[in-house]
Amino acid sequence: MNHWIIAPVILPAVLAPLIVLLMRNHLGPQRAVGLAGTAALLCVAVGLMILAGKGDPQVYHLGGWPAPFGIVLVLDRLAALMLVLTAALALIVQVYATVTGWDKRGQHFHALFLFQQMGLNGAFLTGDAFNLFVFFEVLLIASYGLMIHAGGRQRLRAGVQYVAFNLLGSTLFLFALATVYSVTGTLNMADLGVKVAALPEGDFALIRVAAVLLLLVFAIKGALVPLHFWLPATYANAPAPVAALFAVMTKVGLYATLRFGTLVFPPQTPATGSMPGDLLLPAGLITLIVGAAGVLGAGTFSRLSAFAAIASMGTAFVAVSIFTVPATAAALYYVIHSTLAIAALFLVCDLVSRQRDGDSLRHALPPMARGGMIAALYLVTAIAVAGLPPLSGFLGKLMILQAGRDSAALIWTVILVTSLVVIVGLSRAGSVMFWKAHEASADNRPRAVSEWPAVACVTVLLLLLAALSVFGQPVLEYTTATAAQLYDTAPYIAANALGEQVAP
Amino acid sequence: MTRPCRKGDTVEALIALAVGLMTAAGIYLMLRQRTFPVILGLALLSYAVNLFIFASGRLLRNAPPILTPGVTAYSDPLTQALVLTAIVISFAMTALIVIMALGAWLETGDDRIDMDPDP
Repeated sequence: MNHWIIAPVILPAVLAPLIVLLMRNHLGPQRAVGLAGTAALLCVAVGLMILAGKGDPQVYHLGGWPAPFGIVLVLDRLAALMLVLTAALALIVQVYATVTGWDKRGQHFHALFLFQQMGLNGAFLTGDAFNLFVFFEVLLIASYGLMIHAGGRQRLRAGVQYVAFNLLGSTLFLFALATVYSVTGTLNMADLGVKVAALPEGDFALIRVAAVLLLLVFAIKGALVPLHFWLPATYANAPAPVAALFAVMTKVGLYATLRFGTLVFPPQTPATGSMPGDLLLPAGLITLIVGAAGVLGAGTFSRLSAFAAIASMGTAFVAVSIFTVPATAAALYYVIHSTLAIAALFLVCDLVSRQRDGDSLRHALPPMARGGMIAALYLVTAIAVAGLPPLSGFLGKLMILQAGRDSAALIWTVILVTSLVVIVGLSRAGSVMFWKAHEASADNRPRAVSEWPAVACVTVLLLLLAALSVFGQPVLEYTTATAAQLYDTAPYIAANALGEQVAP
Repeated sequence: MTRPCRKGDTVEALIALAVGLMTAAGIYLMLRQRTFPVILGLALLSYAVNLFIFASGRLLRNAPPILTPGVTAYSDPLTQALVLTAIVISFAMTALIVIMALGAWLETGDDRIDMDPDP
């Protein structure tokens, strides 16, 4: 067993309590340990990605208990990819929060940030369905704290809604897991794959109910219509760096859908058949339409960013719902792109609203210091979000269109028309924010704030997007290998060594 | 003397009814306008799901969950462990949302759950 596999969970689990216990009143050490922890996580994640790229999935048996009785962590290409994406985004966002002073507007920012990463990493690594629930809760508890960081009237109220909605989701998850367990008698994901494929016909109805319940839970996490209602208020009211980190949190729902849709309920399983894809495709398309309409109609920049996040989830879920190797490879490429692009959009939103009172798009607000610079950042980010060439969003959407050739009439129409709507929405927002600034009354002068370090963080995100398009070929090769590994479940199941003793 | 529950045993019907009633009441309360009923609804839902998980391990009478000499019928220990985890998590979450609702009430002066209209 390779003990590094558990490092992405252990490291933040040790560092975060240290920050809370030893340095609760000392911001400097908090920042140092927090940033060093996230940087270390990035190094570990890159190391694990190299390890996972060498071939078959690797399993870590917690406590040496054999699967399916003990809990396992499984490192495969998909898990490694998500770990690297999470750690890279988290590091940039955490630096942004530090240089802009967001982390001192409330308590325990860095500790919560590490706990959030612990939950995310655990959810990506675990090979046990109930353990997935536990890590969902870990990341949610941390996200509740981060969401209401810095307090304020609107934020607290949005926070209560967010918590209530997610508690409902957790309850649903437990109902789903109990149903799965009562049918199959196991919660190890590899074992589930074996058992569900061999179910007698009399149990089909029950396992389908369980599958739909699980899809509903993941749809809540991934903000699929009609379960997206929590997202706009949450993202628009969360502190900007937190909203940027949440860009990867919605991807957990997508990750779990992909994992269960290929391992436990693959298309060739007689019990569920093509049902997951049949349900996800219309939901993804409607999500895309709702997101695009929201981008066009949003009254504030932060709500616009939230709806852009919904639209990107819709696009990604459309690609996932096709359930073929090229479509999944395209979906993963688009997931990397949209996570970075949406995060950049939220950070630009923060750059704008830091200098102004509010971020309304209904009327012009006064000009900003270094407005040209911020406008340029907005332009590049908008190009990425809308999926225009030359940035990676274009490549991602192109690959998704190519993978969706079979139902081109529907998928192509919706993706292309919504892309146009998003472009119009983003142009309108940019015009109001930057070009109409001279119309605002001059007595409302912008606040002078130091911008350069913050601008540098956004630039790094945009450079990553540029790198994603320049190195599109190697990245696509990695995601294609990932998708191929997902659909070839035999090595994953064999790696779990079900029922065998574990060598220490 | 251990024996498995017979089909139609009243216990099964009672547990099913309890899960159903608590879920229905929980969802009804979740849809209310104020935070207090919503939290009560969440608590009821978590009771319902705890009972449901417990029942998913099959209902057996007088069957121990751990190895005992001379016993052949065991009840499933795993669901009991799952219920414990679920109870701990839902208890902590309820405490957390109570504090958050209290904070929102102190901050905003009322306990409506929905947001102010878009500015």
